[in-house]
Order: sequence, then structure tokens, then C-alpha cells
Amino acid sequence: MRVIQFREALREAMTEEMRRDKNVFLMGEEVAEYNGAYKVSQGMLDEFGPDRVYDTPIAELGFAGLGVGAAMNGLRPIIEFMTFNFSLVAIDQVINSAAKMLAMSGGQYGVPIVFRGPTGNAGQLGATHSSNFENWFANTPGLKVVVPSNPYDAKGLLKSSIRDNDPVIFMESELMYGDKGEVPEGEYLLPIGVADIKRKGKDVTIISFGKMMKVALEAAEELAKDGIEAEVIDLRTVRPIDYKTCLDSVKKTNRCVVVEEANPLAAISSELTYNIQRNAFDYLDAPVIRVNSMDVPLSYAPTYIEATIPNVKRTIDAVKQVMYKK
Amino acid sequence: MAKKSTTAKSKTKYSKETYAYWYESMLLMRRFEEKAGQLYGQQKIRGFCHLYIGQEACASGAITALTPDDKWITAYRDHAHPLGLGTDPGAVMAELYGKATGTTKGKGGSMHIFDKEKNFMGGHGIVGAQVPMGLGIGFAEKYQGTKNLCICYMGDGAVRQGAVHEAFNLAMLYKVPVIFVIENNGYAMGTSVKRSSNVEELYTIGEAYDMPSFAVDGMNVEAVHEAVAEAAERARAGEGPTLLEFRTYRYKGHSMSDPQKYRTREEVEEYKQRDPIEQVKATILENGLMTEEEIKEIDKRVKKQVEDAVKFAEESPWPDGQDAFKDVYQQEDYPFVME
Repeated sequence: MRVIQFREALREAMTEEMRRDKNVFLMGEEVAEYNGAYKVSQGMLDEFGPDRVYDTPIAELGFAGLGVGAAMNGLRPIIEFMTFNFSLVAIDQVINSAAKMLAMSGGQYGVPIVFRGPTGNAGQLGATHSSNFENWFANTPGLKVVVPSNPYDAKGLLKSSIRDNDPVIFMESELMYGDKGEVPEGEYLLPIGVADIKRKGKDVTIISFGKMMKVALEAAEELAKDGIEAEVIDLRTVRPIDYKTCLDSVKKTNRCVVVEEANPLAAISSELTYNIQRNAFDYLDAPVIRVNSMDVPLSYAPTYIEATIPNVKRTIDAVKQVMYKK
Repeated sequence: MAKKSTTAKSKTKYSKETYAYWYESMLLMRRFEEKAGQLYGQQKIRGFCHLYIGQEACASGAITALTPDDKWITAYRDHAHPLGLGTDPGAVMAELYGKATGTTKGKGGSMHIFDKEKNFMGGHGIVGAQVPMGLGIGFAEKYQGTKNLCICYMGDGAVRQGAVHEAFNLAMLYKVPVIFVIENNGYAMGTSVKRSSNVEELYTIGEAYDMPSFAVDGMNVEAVHEAVAEAAERARAGEGPTLLEFRTYRYKGHSMSDPQKYRTREEVEEYKQRDPIEQVKATILENGLMTEEEIKEIDKRVKKQVEDAVKFAEESPWPDGQDAFKDVYQQEDYPFVME
């Protein structure tokens, strides 16, 4: 199968959907003439022209709201945030407008929109460019939140997100855009809300999503050398969460570690831990342990980063702890 | 919608039907909201309830200047616009009650009236948030190649929100067919324009974006109609947005719990002398467009409509609490977290 980059997979998804439906358009900072801050939309202005691919001023609140209004009135906008760190100045439109519109209007006005862009840390960018918001948006009824971990999932899930009639938050990573992976030539869609078992195992379940999947998979690889077979689940979507896939695995392995990049309080890991203790209590041989970023803002120096974000070592340690091998 | 007067003899600018519509629609808004105010006092209506009384010309005059395909959006002082557009007063009243027969089945309440059939797109609760949305609604019209536009209302308080400025700039950049209307009633809740804006001539803010911007007598329905008609012409010709500052006044408090210590009784009385409904009524009678009898007929009809609306709301059922799960997602089988 052919191998393409994560950014190319995203571009293919948007391009295919824009060819398919003329009501789909792309809008964001530097998406058109600059060809994308991270080259995700490279060439799209050339193909679709300025009436489908719009550069915006630096006005996230304004163009996010424009997207919501356009979606209420028949279009299917893809609104790109250069990073979800910048979505905070637009979050009123995402939470109060996009997420609540259908309910608030008694079902009269839906908002079929995709807000997409990178989330989380991307190297030494300092505190304002390094936060994770997956759990923030996942907390809001009305939204769907998709966080893919590889090019294949990214393409299939982005196409589904664009076709979805509900507002979708689609989160990527600057650190993943260059990742390569197998992506078939033909068209395919992946369902929102379905987790994927990326590695089979019987001894312990590791649940993760987004770019932390790399940490989870690498840890599983290392653990295998010690004879520990970890089952690694990629949530792919954090709203809704595919609890069943997680529970089925935990009922089999009886042990669970959750790896997530966000800060720990009220995180996706907290939610999973609640759900697992509630629904698989009698199956657990150890408390669920999570590996999140430390409870501090992410600072600049590499030593701070090393000390605070989840990594392979912390994940292996957590697994050994739930297996009482420490 | 409005027809110019065809009889050469008439001294009025518009037809009898237009004046009649203005009178009747504004009276309906007024009487409906007077009733809503009373019902609020009786705790039939809960939550927040912001009355439009005094500002009626800002809605009625615009309605006659636009077409039924144009789109409407405003903030939370939102009962009057849909009533003027023809939304069933019973459905609006039932919404204020929170009944299942309300405009949004009791989901929205006073601040979130919607009526898709009349292209009334809300009813929004966050000050200024409706402005980028209104821009987007107009953007979609242009994108789809229609000649329709969006008229987007905001209060004077909204003008100091960043969202509004971002939207003004984007509207000019993309030449979006949208009419931005500031209903300047002098006060953002209890804070006067003077105390919250360095620029008191609010329409001049549009000029910073090179947007055609005008101040309009918002107590005069003819002036409102004319300004909106002109702005609509520009929008439909592809020339983009216009900013209109309607200078108006609300006779009642910001919401129902407002002691109104920030203004004098005299100020309120002064504006009542220029009441938009009385002005239209005077024009009608002075020019012999209708007789006193015909006016009384309208008064009676409006009174009955409001009574019927209250009766409908009273008799309507509460929504089923479990319907809270409906219309959250378009997806029929969305798996909600249930505990």
C-alpha cells in the first residue's frame, strides 16, 4: 500500500470532500496563499480558488462565528485553527453557539461544521502554545471530538467529520504532520465514536489517543521484551467515547493504564477510570493508573518538558505498577 | 414588502397597507410584551425576560424594507422581531412559559426565540456573539449566489465586544451582504453609552472599517425603513455591509429585575413623547389613511391576539423532561453518558 504523510492524508480528506460537495469550504489563517502554516492545505487554493479556500485575518472569534452562521445557513465549513491553543479566543462560538444551537433552537438549526487544527505540545513552544483541550471540548454536549493518531485514521475520520451533521472538533498535532503511514488510494470513511485496538495483548490494557498513541505503542513494544503483552486501544474519538471496547479489553486483561497528554484534573483519563471502576470493578486486579502531563503549565526548557509530559518510561512504570512488578 | 404610495394626492410616502402594517405589528409587539411583563410578575414567565417596549420601530421598519427570504438574527431582546415577521404569538408566549408548544419546545425560553419558517435565526444570549454569526449567515447567501442578505441586530452594549469588531472587518474584507444594526437604547443594562464607550457616536465605529455607516432615528419607523432599504440595495448589489445605528429607547428596565436608578423619570417621559406607535398613528389619522374606527378595529384584533396567545400558553402542556435528550445531536442514536 502507498505511504503518505499525516498532512497529506488530511489534505486528501478535505480535497475529496470539497470535490464531492460544493457547500464545503476551508477557512483559516494562512490556509490559502501561504498553503497552510503546516502545509496541510498545500495546493488547495490552486484547485478550488479563493471562493472555496479563505485566508482570514487573525480573528479566531470572528471567523469561528462566521463558520457557525454559515453552517446554520446551509454550508459545511471547515474552520482551521493554527492551533487549538488559539481556539480559546473563539471558544464562545464553539461552546455557546456551535454546540448548543440545535438544542437551543428546538431542532431547527443544526451546525454541521468542523473545527480542526493541532492540539497539545509541539516541542519547546512555551506555555501558551502547548495546552491540550480534548477534555475541555469533550465535556460539552452537542460536540463530537475526534483525535486521530495516524494518517489512515486521520483521513477516514476527517471525511466522516466533514459529512457529519453535528459540529466536530478534529484535533491533530504539529508533531504528527510529517508522520508517514499506509493509506489506500480509494475512498473510505471511518465511523466517529469507534475505538481501534492497535495492538493485541492479554496482560494489561493501555488506553490512549492522538499523539500519545506513539508513547503507548512504544511502551508496549518495550514491555513485550519483558514478556508483558499489552493490549493498546486507540480511542480515536473522545466524545463520544467507545467505552465498550475499553471495558471488553479490561475484563480480559484485568489491568489498565491510561496515557493522555492533557493535565490530569478532570481529564479523559479521569472519565475512563470512573467508567472502568463502575462497570468492571470485579474484573480489576489493580487500581487503574493514568499517565498525564503533570499538573503544571508546560514550560520552555527541555528538562521541564522531559519532567512533565507523558513518556515511554512513565508508561512502562505505570504498567509494571498495575502488574505489581515494581 | 412596502409599497410606495401610488396616489399622487397622498402626502404620505408609503401606501396605506404599509402604515397599517407598521401600526398593527408595533402594537402587537407592545401589547404582547406589556402582557409578558405582567405575567412575569405573576411568575408565569421565569428566567430572564428583556422587553423591547419603545424600540418597536427598529424591527417593524426593517421588516417592510426586506424580503421574506432575507435572514434575521438578534440578541436576547428578541420577542418583537419574530412577532413582526409573522411568528404565531401563541408560540412565542408558550416559549416564554416554557411549554412544549413554544417556538423551541421550551428549550430556549425568552432569550432564544427561533423560527426557521420565518427565517428568524435567533435569539442569542451572549452579547455580541450573534454578530459573527450574522456575518456567517450573510456569507452563506453570497457563497450560494442568492440575492438575499442577513440583518443582524445588536445593542449598544455589544459594540464594545471584540467579536463585533472582528465581524465588521471580515464583512468588509469578504463584502458580505449583511446589515448590521445597533439598537442604541442608551444603556447596556445600567451602563450608559457615555460611561462605556470613548466614541459616543456609535455608527462612526463602522467608519474605521470603511463601512457605510449611518445614524437613524430609531423612534421613527419611516426613517428605519428607508435606511434599511438603502442598505439592502447596497448588499444586493454586491457592495457588502452597512452599519446602521438606530437611536431608540427602551421604556422598561434592562430586564425584569432592573430598578433603573441609572436614569431619570423625565428622560423616559421625553422619549415617550416620540413614541413610534403614536407617531405612525398620527400620520395615519392626519392623512386620512384610516379612520378612528379602523384603528380601533386593529386595537381590538391585537388585544384578542394577545389574549389568545396567553390562553394558548396557559393550556399548553409542559415538555416531557426526557425530551432534553432530543435535538442535542442530529445523530439519532448518539450514545449519551447516562451516569
